[in-house]
Amino acid sequence: MQGKAPGLWAAAWIVAQKDLAIELRTKSAFLSVVVFMLLGLVIFFFAWDSTAVSALDLAPGVLWVTFTFAGLLGLHRSFGVELQDRAFDGLLVAPIERESIYLGKAIANAIFVFAVLVIAIPAVALFYNLPLGRAILALGFVAGLAAFGLVAIGTLFSAMAVNTRMAELLLPMLSLPFFVPIVLASAQASTRLLAGRPFTEVLPWLKILIAFDIVFALACTVAFPHTLEE
Amino acid sequence: MTSVAAPPPSSANSTRVSTLPVFDWWTALGVLGVLGAIVRIIFFTPIEAAQGAAQKIYYIHVPAALSAYLALIVCALTSIMYLWLREERADRMAESAGEVALLFTTTVLSTGPFWGKPIWGTWWTWDARLTLTLFLWFVTAAYLVLRGAVDDPTMRARYSAVLAVLAALLIPFIHLSVYLFRTLHPMPIVLKPSAPSLPREMLITFSISSIAFLFFCVMLMRSRYRLALLRQRTELAE
Repeated sequence: MQGKAPGLWAAAWIVAQKDLAIELRTKSAFLSVVVFMLLGLVIFFFAWDSTAVSALDLAPGVLWVTFTFAGLLGLHRSFGVELQDRAFDGLLVAPIERESIYLGKAIANAIFVFAVLVIAIPAVALFYNLPLGRAILALGFVAGLAAFGLVAIGTLFSAMAVNTRMAELLLPMLSLPFFVPIVLASAQASTRLLAGRPFTEVLPWLKILIAFDIVFALACTVAFPHTLEE
Repeated sequence: MTSVAAPPPSSANSTRVSTLPVFDWWTALGVLGVLGAIVRIIFFTPIEAAQGAAQKIYYIHVPAALSAYLALIVCALTSIMYLWLREERADRMAESAGEVALLFTTTVLSTGPFWGKPIWGTWWTWDARLTLTLFLWFVTAAYLVLRGAVDDPTMRARYSAVLAVLAALLIPFIHLSVYLFRTLHPMPIVLKPSAPSLPREMLITFSISSIAFLFFCVMLMRSRYRLALLRQRTELAE
């Protein structure tokens, strides 16, 4: 059958659909990441003296640290699934742009981590007794920005780490320094949002998140083809 | 001086490569320069009135930081060159600069606490520049671990070059976010837009030490680069 090769975004969406279909059929990664995330939230609560540090001060940091680690688990799987039967070779010979593979993987990962956050944010509000109320929309916005940056970086490093001798160790080692501005900015922004502080105090952290997302989404899309075999 | 024992040359270029010594008089000069600077710091520089002898760490701490920055800049630039030109020598230079950068960031991080304890009253604090240096150390260490974890030389070169370029983009973000978080570090007293506010004798020691450290840093990168060439030559010969 003679067909026209799909454009950049159309091809990316096909790659994303493929990854999401695998995840929907197996559900293994999502379930394990959600359980890991919930466990993290619970264990952190007992690691602190709740009479010394208020739950309101503690919760944003716990949320973002746990989310980062949980995200890494999901991201590792992104290219890990392509190892079996050299499935990745199939993607490489497909008549699509190399950038489409990265964007497709990133879209699937973004949907994956958003789904994790949809469960994680109400869970942290429940366990830490947070007054989400009016802050929920703004908090969702911060979460979206943080997840976007995390996925942009994590998808690229997952593609690199999967071909190394110690992929499980290398992915966090490469990614975590890059997650620092994300974790710091989103934890600081959420703390201020939950405490009902004025928006001007939140704005510098949002600016960092937005700039980070733009710079690294572009840089990683451009860098990805360089990580593939010629 | 250590000379390289050359296996039978296979081409004119490899003959040239194999005869380059890893250590030579320039390297020795680099070591002597740093030793000379240390002698001047200890015996021929006045003790600062407010901070006492602890301030002398400044003459090692800051030049080591400058050397680390130099090595990191070389690593980032040669990585960009590699991605652009696919020139193997650029990758070897990046590798050499990465290792030297780790040495100097380790020096900065280990001398800092000895100055911090008597002056700030604490070995460690989450100050902006301290945190940035710590993360530079983490990224450099990850860079070297990544290099060690990939067997295929071309893939290793591409992966590490991509990481180095992204790390260069990351630095302003870490700097900005930890700066917004909190800072305790003194503002620069020499490398600032206005004239340096260091007394003349101290400024001379600082300048000597900086030049000695930067020269030593360049010599180390040069030796490490030659070692990388030698390794490649040995691998080809095997």
